[in-house]
Amino acid sequence: MASRVLDWIDRRFPLTRFIRHELTEYPTPRNLSYWWNFGFLAGFVLVLQIVTGVFLAMFYKPDVNLAFDSVQHIMRDVNYGWLLRYIHSTGASAFFVVIYVHMTRTLYYASYHKPRELMWWTGQVLLLLIMATAFMGYLLPWGQMSYWGAQVITNLFGVTPFIGDQVVLWLRGDFSVGDATLTRFFALHYLFPFLILAMVGIHLIALHTVKSSNPSGISLADKDNIPFHPYFTLKDLFGLGVYLIVFCAFVFFMPGVFIETANNIPANPLVTPAHIEPEWYFRPFYAILRAIPDVLGGVLAMALSVMIFAVLPFADRSNIPGGARHRPVYRAMFFIFIADVLVLGYVGSQAPTGFMMLLGQVATFIYFATFFLLPFISKWEERWLRARGLPPELIALFPPRPPRVKFPRPEIAP
Amino acid sequence: MAAMPDSDAIDDADRRDFLGKATMAVGAAGVAAACWPFINSMNPSVDTLEKATAEVDLSGIAPGQSQTVSWGGKPVFVFHRTPAQIAAMKISGGGKDLQADVDRVRQPQWLVVIGVCTHMGCIPLRAERGWLCPCHGSVYDDSGRILHGPAPRNLAVPPYRFVSDDKIIVGKA
Repeated sequence: MASRVLDWIDRRFPLTRFIRHELTEYPTPRNLSYWWNFGFLAGFVLVLQIVTGVFLAMFYKPDVNLAFDSVQHIMRDVNYGWLLRYIHSTGASAFFVVIYVHMTRTLYYASYHKPRELMWWTGQVLLLLIMATAFMGYLLPWGQMSYWGAQVITNLFGVTPFIGDQVVLWLRGDFSVGDATLTRFFALHYLFPFLILAMVGIHLIALHTVKSSNPSGISLADKDNIPFHPYFTLKDLFGLGVYLIVFCAFVFFMPGVFIETANNIPANPLVTPAHIEPEWYFRPFYAILRAIPDVLGGVLAMALSVMIFAVLPFADRSNIPGGARHRPVYRAMFFIFIADVLVLGYVGSQAPTGFMMLLGQVATFIYFATFFLLPFISKWEERWLRARGLPPELIALFPPRPPRVKFPRPEIAP
Repeated sequence: MAAMPDSDAIDDADRRDFLGKATMAVGAAGVAAACWPFINSMNPSVDTLEKATAEVDLSGIAPGQSQTVSWGGKPVFVFHRTPAQIAAMKISGGGKDLQADVDRVRQPQWLVVIGVCTHMGCIPLRAERGWLCPCHGSVYDDSGRILHGPAPRNLAVPPYRFVSDDKIIVGKA
């Protein structure tokens, strides 16, 4: 019976072929480490955010007079409302943890190289969409931090040449962040996750065309690939279990870590909180914004600091695969860059005075210098490594050039 | 427990099968349990449940008068019956859903029924005698019992109790 139903479907929709092609026969490098779990985890977090978000939207009211109280209603009156909200608020941070680890892995192994440029660029679009979604969602509880965060970030668009003021007015639909802003942020916060979902679909179609990279950096022979299911479904699920233990520890025991204290005070357009700082996942970029002593320059530097990842497939000119695994200089640059981002994140949480200001400027310089120097360093590093002698597994990829043959110039009789 | 020989640990297909099935069962139970908070969040919230009782002051309702109060969003008829109406109801068993009047009241002069027609959910209108549903013409007597029309059952009696002679709480028996 079941096989007849399946047969009936298969004649109308390629279900069995799809499952075979994308799961049970999808070739996956057998040497993938747990760093390759984070794409799956990001997908899981996305689904969990959408599900909790839809349920929260059943109780939330996007109106300046009701929003704050409706969140309190969710926390106190709705059955398990506190759980829905804490999963959602913790999930926002968890999403960035997972995405940043996912990006960091790609950076370490330089997986953005040919043929995975589109993986990297669709990922870049996903990062922007997730940032926008997180930012708009942060306004919805209508607390002090929500309000002033939105006020500051929408103000950034005021640097647009000539029409800055109009752009800000248009974004807010009001002379300051107000009811119109809250309602449109809610509408877009509900819409964007589905754009993200569609983009994830494109990301996955690209992945299944170019297949996963692997820690060796070399495309494996067929015999070294194993089917995704059951081997990597199980590995991903085990990773999910570990992830959920950490995630639940935060949801159930430390949910307040990701909710600023000031956000428990209803938004007040007449009083700015004494110390305003963005959520941790925006702090490195926020530090770059503040490091530049010019408004327009700061905004441009911040925008550039997020978008500049897109140049990596061009900027990294080395032909040696595997990224940091086979390239000591690239590895050093990678760790310097990661440390630099962490420093920027710390600076972004501190008041921008004296030493912090200087530290932020130095870290910003190193941040951009890394991208600027990479084309030169990567080319030089490749020449140096090849002259020094490549490890045996890579030599096959770089056959020695045939010696140049000199043909004698034909002698033409006078 | 004694250490298992290596060959058993690797090749015992039954053991492997059992562990696989047990893992799947535990995982399925976990997923099912995780669904519960989501499902339960759609049930009435605590503040809605707070509204599950309604206090009714009877002192303002004259004999022969019916007052409609809201109990959890539903209309409840509180009807002050005259001695003649009580007497008339006592000797009747109602229409197609036979029930004695004494089983429908706590004090004979006070009839408390949910004012929702048992046919299609319309709110019956007070008539000269009993109630008449405007939607499909069901007729109820002064005990809220169905006499004729399409409605299958008598008007329901909500749980309620007298806190004093002129005050009842609807929603708590």
